[in-house]
Amino acid sequence: MFEVGLEHYLTLAALLFTIGVFGMFLNRKNVIVILMSIELMLLAVNINFVSFSAYLDDLVGQVFTMFILTVAAAEAAIGLAILVVFFRNKGSIAVEDISSMRG
Amino acid sequence: MIDFNLIPLLPEIFLSLIGMGLLIVGVSEGNRSTRVICWAAAAGFAIAALILLGVGWETRSVLNGMFVMDKFAGFMKLLILIGLIASVALSVRYLVQEGMERFEFPILIIFAGIGMMIMVSANNLLALYMGLELQALSLYVLAAFQRNSVRSSEAGIKYFVLGALSSGMLLFGMSLIYGFTGSIDFGVIGRTLGELNAIPFGVTFGLVFMLAGLAFKISAVPFHMWTPDVYQGAPTAVTALFAIVPKVAAFALLMRLLFEPFMALSDQWLQIIYFLSLMSMVVGAFAAIAQDNIKRLLAYSSIGNMGYALIGIVAGTASGAGAVVLYLMIYMVMTAGVFAVVLSMRRQGLAVYKISDLSGLSKTAPTLAYAMAILMFSMSGIPPAAGFFGKLLVFNAAVTEGYYILATLGILTSVVAAYYYLRVIKVMFFDEPIDEFDKDMPFARRAVLLISILFVLGFVIKPSVFIENSLSAAASLFTG
Repeated sequence: MFEVGLEHYLTLAALLFTIGVFGMFLNRKNVIVILMSIELMLLAVNINFVSFSAYLDDLVGQVFTMFILTVAAAEAAIGLAILVVFFRNKGSIAVEDISSMRG
Repeated sequence: MIDFNLIPLLPEIFLSLIGMGLLIVGVSEGNRSTRVICWAAAAGFAIAALILLGVGWETRSVLNGMFVMDKFAGFMKLLILIGLIASVALSVRYLVQEGMERFEFPILIIFAGIGMMIMVSANNLLALYMGLELQALSLYVLAAFQRNSVRSSEAGIKYFVLGALSSGMLLFGMSLIYGFTGSIDFGVIGRTLGELNAIPFGVTFGLVFMLAGLAFKISAVPFHMWTPDVYQGAPTAVTALFAIVPKVAAFALLMRLLFEPFMALSDQWLQIIYFLSLMSMVVGAFAAIAQDNIKRLLAYSSIGNMGYALIGIVAGTASGAGAVVLYLMIYMVMTAGVFAVVLSMRRQGLAVYKISDLSGLSKTAPTLAYAMAILMFSMSGIPPAAGFFGKLLVFNAAVTEGYYILATLGILTSVVAAYYYLRVIKVMFFDEPIDEFDKDMPFARRAVLLISILFVLGFVIKPSVFIENSLSAAASLFTG
């Protein structure tokens, strides 16, 4: 019988985290996708914490997850607020339009 | 006996109460109370500094080891509070001039300040994360504070996205450290790592992720790409804040992390810090040459300066760490002065940022020109200005430990960097004068500039006061 162990959770988390990072850099279309990628990265970290917490039989990891969830919500709120401000000025949220400064 | 001693936390608690109280005042009085709230915030920082001096800096940890107070934390918090007072003082008139008089500005600075103070005192991965995020979330908003400017909101987006990426990496690193050491407490992590014979792969991996996340916060190359854009786009008063304070906090956090829990892995992090330091110095020196915007120039200059400060961490000794503390202190004071000058660069009520706008400043505004010249000499490390001693101590620490290549490269890149600092002086003193800047310079800005100049010139009279204090502050990191 196939057992799901710690290493499977860690691999899953690492994969999700990598998808999040790549989603940020490869995406050329839309800043909302970047916000989603950030969320994906933070959730991957949560999987890591919860699986370590279960493995070590230690509650600290799950408490940490609660804090990360809360901060992630605050972060999404601030990110969207800044995005709204940007959209009002520029009329677009395409990634290639965020380029008025170079050098 | 339950450990519930809150005395070491008093400065933070006081600032939180002030922040929330001023928020209520702001809501009921509206934006016309901005100036009052700004000065109240500055006074709050000053009182918090006095409380900090009163709580005693002997090493002790409270809240089940989450929060540590020692000489290092006390000293760094004092630096942070002084930097915050300076940046609030610099911004009051600027807010009026740019028409962004909104009362949230000083309150966000207060909350960022609390976050930074928690970062410095964090003794546990959770406290570290919460402090870092409190600071970062407030700073994201501040970067985008000029709501009707495309550049400011763009700076906000860039800072937010890259900042969130860096906290993601930091967190991923923390989760691995937690998993492989079984604790989030710095003391336990340090002991566990010290007892291991072979370092597990996961710990190295976690350490690398954490360092990458922190390198973003101190804008060390190759994680520096946000710095020039954010410095240029953010309102100048906010740029001044970014340049003066958060880096001190991030450096303090990095030093506590490396010298306390991860001391056992020093041969692993050494290579990373060595690389970061070397690259930052080189990129900071060469990329700045091509800049014509003074804010971008200062961004690259800060990248370079972080590279020099990292040399002291590479040295890995108490005297190296002391040199870093001193370097940060001198850099902070010099930058505050430089930004006081940059904030005064206005013509007909509009801010100008080109280096060529400074042309002939020695004829049109000689005091400002001489002040800027002194600061630029100090930044480039020419004795007897304070900047020289900062560099001297850092390089000295590296040479003592046998890092000759790093020290030599540091000296070579500071020669290159001297070119662009001296170019500013050349433009001010030898180019044809153009229109005058607006004469109006508020008292607070004059005071910051004057204190900065006095520090830079007066440092040489009694350097031992500052050097000994920095060394003894850093030494407390190595006793535990």
